[in-house]
Amino acid sequence: MLITELSQIPGVSGDESRVRDFIKEKLSSWGIEHYTDSLGNLFALKEGKKNGSESGLMLSAHMDEVGLLVSSVEKSGHLRFYKVGGVDERALITKPVLVGPNDVMGVIGAKAIHLQKKEERKKPLKIENLCIDIGAKDKDDAERVVKVGDYVSFYSEAGLSGNIVKGKALDNRAGCAALLEILQRDYPCSFTAVFTVQEEVGLRGAIVAAYRIKPRIALVLETTGAIDIPEAKNQDHSTSLGAGPAFTVKDQSIIAHPRVLERLIEVAERQKRTYQFRRYGGSSTDAGAISLAGSGTAAGVISTPCRYIHAPVSMLLKEDWQNLVEITDAFIRSVYEKGLEI
Amino acid sequence: MLDEGGLLKKVNLHDYLRKIIQIDGVSGYEDNVAAFISETFSPYVDSTRTDNLGNLILYKRGSKKDAPSILFAAHMDEIGLIVTKIEDNGFLRFTSLGGFDVRTLPGQEVTVYGQKPVNGIIGFKPSYLDLDEEKGQSVEMKNLFIDTGFPREQVEKNIRIGSIAAIKRGFLPLLNNRCAGKAFDDRAGIAVLWQCARELVRIEHEAHLYFVATVQEEVGTRGAIVSTYGISPDLGIAVDVCHGDFPGAMEHEVSPLGEGAVVTVGPNIHPLMAKRLFETAEEYNLPCQRDVSPGPTGTDARAIQISLEGIPTALVSVPLRYMHTSVELIAPEDVKIAGRLLAYFAAGLNRSFLEELSCL
Repeated sequence: MLITELSQIPGVSGDESRVRDFIKEKLSSWGIEHYTDSLGNLFALKEGKKNGSESGLMLSAHMDEVGLLVSSVEKSGHLRFYKVGGVDERALITKPVLVGPNDVMGVIGAKAIHLQKKEERKKPLKIENLCIDIGAKDKDDAERVVKVGDYVSFYSEAGLSGNIVKGKALDNRAGCAALLEILQRDYPCSFTAVFTVQEEVGLRGAIVAAYRIKPRIALVLETTGAIDIPEAKNQDHSTSLGAGPAFTVKDQSIIAHPRVLERLIEVAERQKRTYQFRRYGGSSTDAGAISLAGSGTAAGVISTPCRYIHAPVSMLLKEDWQNLVEITDAFIRSVYEKGLEI
Repeated sequence: MLDEGGLLKKVNLHDYLRKIIQIDGVSGYEDNVAAFISETFSPYVDSTRTDNLGNLILYKRGSKKDAPSILFAAHMDEIGLIVTKIEDNGFLRFTSLGGFDVRTLPGQEVTVYGQKPVNGIIGFKPSYLDLDEEKGQSVEMKNLFIDTGFPREQVEKNIRIGSIAAIKRGFLPLLNNRCAGKAFDDRAGIAVLWQCARELVRIEHEAHLYFVATVQEEVGTRGAIVSTYGISPDLGIAVDVCHGDFPGAMEHEVSPLGEGAVVTVGPNIHPLMAKRLFETAEEYNLPCQRDVSPGPTGTDARAIQISLEGIPTALVSVPLRYMHTSVELIAPEDVKIAGRLLAYFAAGLNRSFLEELSCL
C-alpha cells in the first residue's frame, strides 16, 4: 500500500530526498513528466486527454515530516538534538529513531523510574535533557557513523490491518499517496501536482512552488489531527476518524476560498460521500502560502483525519483516505466540466 | 545425546536475546516465555518441571551425590498493563502491573491480549488542550488510554476488563553489538542462565544445579518465594539487571556497560559468596564490577535469602540502561561474561565451601 510504503521512508523537513526519489520513480514508471526546483519541490505535469485544456489547477501535498536534528555529540557518545517542526515532545521519550543518511539506529533514553525522586516524575521531561543513544562507547566511536547536522526520524513499522493504517509521518505521506493515486488516473484536463518540501517549518516549499507555476485554483491534500479522544471535549475534537475527509473553512494561514469550499461540498454531496469540517481554527497549511503567491490563488484544503500526528505512531482509516481521493477526483473533473468562477 | 558442535554453534547469544525479548510475558502471564525457555534449555538439563505458580525449574545433576545444590534464579516476567475500563467510543483505560514511568507511555504501541491479540497505541491529549492547572505537569496514567482503532461494539467482543496488554517493541540493533528493546529486565538474566548452562556442557561440576525462571518478580518477587521453598537449595544466586551508566546519572548509582558482570555486596548478600564470585572472576580473567546495595535488593535475592532457615545468597547482574522502558539497552558481552562467571562458580562448589558459609 502506498501510504505505508511512504510512511516508512525517513524525510524530515530539509531532508526529503528519499521521499522525493520514491515518488520520482513512480512518476517515471507511469510516464509522467516531472522536474524539481532548487529547494527540492517536485512538480509533476499531468497531461489532460483533451489537448490544450489547461485547468489552471494546482494540487499539492507536502513530503516532509517533523523530526530531529543532531546538535552535538557528547563525550559519552550520546547525541543531543533540536526539534525540526512541531514534534510532540512527550511522545519522544523512550522511542527508537534513525539517525543520518545511513539510518543508524538509536533510542531516546530516560532515567529509570527507580532512580527518580517523586517530584521528578511529576515534571515533564524537557527536550534539552534528552539524548539519543546509538550504543557508541564514546564520542570518537559515535562520530564514525553520525555527525552534527544529521537528520533524525522516528522509527516505527507502518502497518495496515483491515481499515486501520498506522505508522509515522502519515502527516503527510497520506496526502502524497492520494496525489499519486490521482496521478495514475485519466483526466480530460491538464494540471500540475506538486510534492512540496519544508511545510512543517513554515510552508517554505509551497511559497516558491506556487510562485513558479502561478495557479488560478489550488487544492492542498493534507492530513489533520483527529482529537476524538476521551480526554478532549466534543468541541475540541477538530475532526473524527471515520467521518470522512475534512474540509478546512479556516486555519491560521488561510480562509479557504468559498468557491473552492462550496465545490468540494457539492461534489461530495453528489457522490454521497461522507465528509466533515475541520473544527480547529489553528495551525497552518501549504494552502496559506499558495493563496498569497503572486497575485493570489483561490485555495482550499482537504485532509485525512489522523490521530497522534507529529508523534512516532499515528493512526488513520483507509476509508477516510479513499473518500479523500474520490472527492478530489470529482473536484478535478468538476472544475474542468463546469469551470470555477472566482 | 547432545549434539554439542551443532547446538552450541547454531544459536548464538545475540539471536537468543533477540528472540526472548520479543515474547510477551507480563507478570502473572508468563506461559509463552516459559515455553521458549523450556525448549531452549532442554539440551542442557536433565529434567524440567513447573510449580503451582508457574515457576519453571530446570535441573542439571552434578557429578557427586552429596554435593551442594545451588539455585540460579532469573525472572521471566516483564512489566505490563491491565485494562480497567472500556470507554463509550472503544478506548481502553488501564493500570499497570509493575512500575512504569508514565511519561514514557504516550505514543507507545502495545499488544492487547483479548481473545485475539490486537494492536493498540497509547493515546494522549495534544498539549494545546492542556488546562491551566495541567501546564508544566507530567501526564498521569488516568489521562492516558489505549486506542485500538475499533469501535466499542467490536472491542467488547474481544477485550474485557482485566485483559492484559504488553509493551510492543522489536529488537533494536545498535553499535558495538549493543541492543535495545523491552523486557531485557530480566530476559537478559535468563540469557545469562542459558549461557551458563551451555558453558557447563564442557565444564565438570559436582554441585546439583537448579536454573529457575521465576514468575511475578516485578510485583514482589513472588515466584522466588515459593520456588526457593520448593527446591530447598543449599545456596542461591539471583541473576538480574542493574542500572547502566547514562548522561546525568550519579556515578555511584550506575555501572558502565561493556565492563563485565556486576556482583553486589551488602546485607542481602552472603559476604563469602560475593568474595568467591570475585575470586572466580579473577581466576578466569572475567571482567567484573562491584555494586553496593544497602538493604534488601529489589531482586529475587531479597526473597531467596530469607527462605526456609535462611539461604546464603548472592546477586549477579548485567548493566542495563533505561530500566523499565521499552528501550532497555544492554551490551551482550556482559551477559556472556556473567554466564561464564556463574558456570565457573558452580564448577568450584563443594561440601567444604558450604560448611565455610555457615561458620560466621
